[in-house]
Amino acid sequence: MATTPASTKDSEKPGDRSAVRTLLRLWPYVRPVRARLFTAAFVAVLASCTGLVIPLVLKWMVDGPVADGDSTGVWFGALYLLLLGLAEALLFGLRRWLVARPLAGVEAGMRAGLYRHLQRLPVAFHDRWASGQLLSRGTTDLMLVRMFLAFPLTFLLVNGVTIVVGVVIMLIQDWKLGLVVLVPALPVIVTCVVFESRYTKVARRAQDQVGDLTTVVEESVLGIRIIKGFGRHRSQARAFRELARTLRGTELRKAGLLATIWGVIVTLPEVAIGVALVLGTVQVADGELSAGTLVAFLSTALALRWPVDSIGFLLAMSQEAATATERYFEVMDAEPESQTTTAAVSASAPPAPSAPPSASVSDAGSGDSGLRFHEVSFRYPDAPEGTPPVLDRVDLHIRPGESMALVGATGCGKTTLTTLVPRLHEVTSGRITLDGEDITAMSRAELRAKVAVAFEEPTLFSAGVGDNVLMGAQDTAGQAELERALAVAQADFVYALPQGTDTQVGEQGLSLSGGQRQRLALARAVVGRPRFLVLDDPLSALDVHTEAAVEAALREVLGETTALIVAHRPSTVLLADRVALLSGGRIAAVGTHHELLRTNAEYAHLMAGTEEADR
Amino acid sequence: MTAPTTTAPGKEPPAEEPPRPDDDFDRDVLPTPPGATAALLRSLLAPMKARVVVTTLLLLLQQGATQAGPLLVAYAIDSAVPAFRDHDHGPLVAVGVGYLLCALASGALQYAFVIAAARVNQDVLLDLRGRIFRHAQALSVDFHERYTSGRLISRSTTDVEALRELLSEGLQELVSVILSFAYISALLLWLDLPLGAVAVASFVPLYLLIRLYQRRAGRVYRVRSTAIAAVIVKFVETMNGIRPVRAFRREAANDADFAALNSHHERVNGDAILEMARYVVGSRLVANTAVAVIVLWGAHRVTDGSLELGVLAAAVLYLRRLYDPIDRLGMFLNSYQSAAASLEKIAGLLAQTPSVPEPATPGQLPPLESEHPGREVVFDGVRFGYRTGGEVLPRFDLTLPAGQTVAVVGSTGAGKSTLAKLLARFYDPSDGRVLLDGVDLRDLAVPELRRGVVMVTQEAFLFSGTVAENIAIGRPDATREEIEGAAKAIGAHDFVSALPDGYDTDVRKRGGRISAGQRQLVAFARALLADPAVLILDEATSSLDIPGERAVQRAMTTVLKGRTAVVIAHRLSTVEIADRVLVMEHGRIVEDGTPAELTAGTGRFADLHRAWRDSLA
Repeated sequence: MATTPASTKDSEKPGDRSAVRTLLRLWPYVRPVRARLFTAAFVAVLASCTGLVIPLVLKWMVDGPVADGDSTGVWFGALYLLLLGLAEALLFGLRRWLVARPLAGVEAGMRAGLYRHLQRLPVAFHDRWASGQLLSRGTTDLMLVRMFLAFPLTFLLVNGVTIVVGVVIMLIQDWKLGLVVLVPALPVIVTCVVFESRYTKVARRAQDQVGDLTTVVEESVLGIRIIKGFGRHRSQARAFRELARTLRGTELRKAGLLATIWGVIVTLPEVAIGVALVLGTVQVADGELSAGTLVAFLSTALALRWPVDSIGFLLAMSQEAATATERYFEVMDAEPESQTTTAAVSASAPPAPSAPPSASVSDAGSGDSGLRFHEVSFRYPDAPEGTPPVLDRVDLHIRPGESMALVGATGCGKTTLTTLVPRLHEVTSGRITLDGEDITAMSRAELRAKVAVAFEEPTLFSAGVGDNVLMGAQDTAGQAELERALAVAQADFVYALPQGTDTQVGEQGLSLSGGQRQRLALARAVVGRPRFLVLDDPLSALDVHTEAAVEAALREVLGETTALIVAHRPSTVLLADRVALLSGGRIAAVGTHHELLRTNAEYAHLMAGTEEADR
Repeated sequence: MTAPTTTAPGKEPPAEEPPRPDDDFDRDVLPTPPGATAALLRSLLAPMKARVVVTTLLLLLQQGATQAGPLLVAYAIDSAVPAFRDHDHGPLVAVGVGYLLCALASGALQYAFVIAAARVNQDVLLDLRGRIFRHAQALSVDFHERYTSGRLISRSTTDVEALRELLSEGLQELVSVILSFAYISALLLWLDLPLGAVAVASFVPLYLLIRLYQRRAGRVYRVRSTAIAAVIVKFVETMNGIRPVRAFRREAANDADFAALNSHHERVNGDAILEMARYVVGSRLVANTAVAVIVLWGAHRVTDGSLELGVLAAAVLYLRRLYDPIDRLGMFLNSYQSAAASLEKIAGLLAQTPSVPEPATPGQLPPLESEHPGREVVFDGVRFGYRTGGEVLPRFDLTLPAGQTVAVVGSTGAGKSTLAKLLARFYDPSDGRVLLDGVDLRDLAVPELRRGVVMVTQEAFLFSGTVAENIAIGRPDATREEIEGAAKAIGAHDFVSALPDGYDTDVRKRGGRISAGQRQLVAFARALLADPAVLILDEATSSLDIPGERAVQRAMTTVLKGRTAVVIAHRLSTVEIADRVLVMEHGRIVEDGTPAELTAGTGRFADLHRAWRDSLA
């Protein structure tokens, strides 16, 4: 049964969920550090209020000791000021100290969770998602989430409290002036909210355009030989320039919105303060207000400017964090491969009763041992409706110790068939058995320990050459196994590398040629002496000499394993005891190479290039 | 369809010997010539000198308008209040109008500045992005083979991004911080010299603090960027190699590896955040102490009458503004450091000179004689070795007459691909000349060169876009009929038609799964469409099955008949259509003759051929 991840949706779909609800999903990750986070928020409120007390001390000094010429009072005032200043600084420091490590921990925890989860998502998921998309979720998005927890979450609260306290202080000092200063708060916040939402949209567009630009860069690097080979670098540069110009346009629109927000934020409060200054001056002249109160009032108003101004960008940051969280959970919500066995489900799957008797090739007498495909059908879970299945009721029996070559026209589903055995993809219907045991009845770990695979695209990891090969073996395997596997794959070039088998390869190390990588992938497949071996065109990048040597060595290995080998060439086919021809999603014929060459026109066409008579 | 690996599969370093060890390319940073970074920055800013000046002027004016506020407060308290009491409303009106004008002016100037600055920034980035892109495209294949694609991609993405952040957020911040420092200090000094002097004196500890922070944070941030890079590499590698990861049950081991890298990053990330916290505490302490000292002293002087109350009030208001942006200075330093490192890497890349430069005065190929679409190729005293030493092809002469199909065989590392790359001008010879109908390849401009020579390699990379667009890379102005014609000629039409949207199927979208063999067919269709005088196939049939290979051969004997062709293949089936075979070993051509001659002989080719025939039997 295919485990179709039900919840994976196309990326880049801004959800209809509200930002708050999305952000609430972070709670399980934040829970362990909640005590610190709440304490830090409390400390920040305290620090911010301390800052608000400073103007009051100033007022007291101006109206009291300064006006009276009381120098002891001045000393006291300055001392209070100093103490408050120290307290404010230390409290802000304390806040940062409280959350620094816990929030780095939250970020790391979420990243490790993502990595863990991704490693266990079905291969079909990875087929759909570019690694760059996944990476940006694991880096930038998580950083945004951490920043959100560190700043907007705390400061939306802190600034709210600060504004309320500050407004109360101003109203107590002089309610008329207070109201005057309060007037622009509403338009400023409205402007911020309106423009931020537009800004967010443009910012998202800019992000997407950066993504497009990155794609062109990536492709023009990866496809450099094609571009150079056809002399297309000018048209490529033109395409790049066009995208870069579009991006510039979007960035400028973004700047326009930002400029408007800034203009409003700068102008309106200043105008209000100006009005308050004039009114205040009149009041001071009339003796209704003390000079100290005016100074304190204006300092408070200035102290409140940042909290008011910042609400706009704090909301924007929260919005961004919500998008980031959503992107993160897009991946986390995808169903991983079930770790439990699904034998019950598979057993209950009815094997299409109306199916015509297929060209069953299994020997009735030899039972179920070996590797056996029973009426296996497969279609990609994401294939458009109505497309025919890639594999249609495939029946194939590979006897224990036998090696079977799999031959078929380009793109007929050979590689797909090989991925079903280690359950990289799940069969849509039918079953695959190893020595009679349904592969869905054993755990994936158990299954993959039995089956070793060499893929068409040989991937090496950033590790030593030896470690890359020994990946295919039990942990107990050592030098002897490594040497044997390298010998089978004719990979003795390894010993000539700068640090021999310890030479680093992969993205972080030495790059090897296609043929070299293919031989190492082959060594990895055989090093663990697996019961079952699946090789996908394992010799395509080798030259004739090396191929012959590998074949000779591989024959011995194949003598003791049950193997399925995808082959394009007669020389590879000859490694196997028998050949199966995959055609139109079915196994069309099974036999030895020479039998099929004589009896099957399609096979003869594929292997010897003879024209098919009956096509 | 598997993701393209970042190491180029078409690359063939001498297989059985260790690659050039004295290579700078293994390091992330290319050697940057001294002064190159500064020169790059200068050359980026030079064309917009006038606009930079205007932008700076806007900021100056904006700061002037913004910082006038407290002055007006001082004037209001010290002059307008007494005047108002004397029923002189003039000063008060002046204060009101002045404040209003300043508010409007600072808002408007802020708006203008943000837009002007964004234009400068975006033009710098556009210029830089274009330069990196064009330069990377101009660099030779030789360079691309050594500088991994991952590094090149991060030069033009993350490194440009670091600069963008600095330009769009940091630089503006820095300039406004410095300007407001300067303004406010000047105003304070003007208001009252001694008070101003105290404020300026407080810059000394602040400066020391910033220096200290910069040093310590620089260290921490470097460690952190290395730590996150390690996390990223592990992440990407796992996701790109997810099939072997699963098949070989690496999940648990990977979890452990990743946890180690991730928790190292967590620790240094925490260090970096704490470093910032220390800086903020330190700067706040200095600032708040300075405020207390100035208020103490100022208040004393107001009591003894040597200072006006309004001036003290203005001074205090200014002080709060003076110390506010210090936190932001710390953030600026962070983005400055990462941008400087990025810019250095970019400068290193741009300092690489293309080893295969375009000609200054391009030559022309002689016109083709109508019935001979092929051209003659001559290797005239050619020798090739890597710049780092190590001879790959010793000096040789070779003539390929127009219209001849030549197969080149030999084991891995024999120099076949190098020969092909010299002919395609992916490399230039160390000595000697490669001539196409008597014209040195180095004298041909790219469009002319590619009408002459096209090379199809083993790596059949598909660009995002439709199948039709991918084929049309061979000739961008081709019609749909011509595209389909090329696909039919190569036997790719059937599978393309079977795709969900036929030729309009997006190769990166759902249902666009295209096998390695099918991708090679698309690559061939491109070459057919390009219709060059000389066609080079370097392992271009490795993933094709035999019918696919036959279709390619058919196309070469029909559609491409008369073109000069050089075919490199492990598979001897390709040789069947060749007029001539070259056997290479250790960089030398050891056998040269028609297939029939060589097969009948006793040389290496005869051995190979016998082995191959046996496998077909």
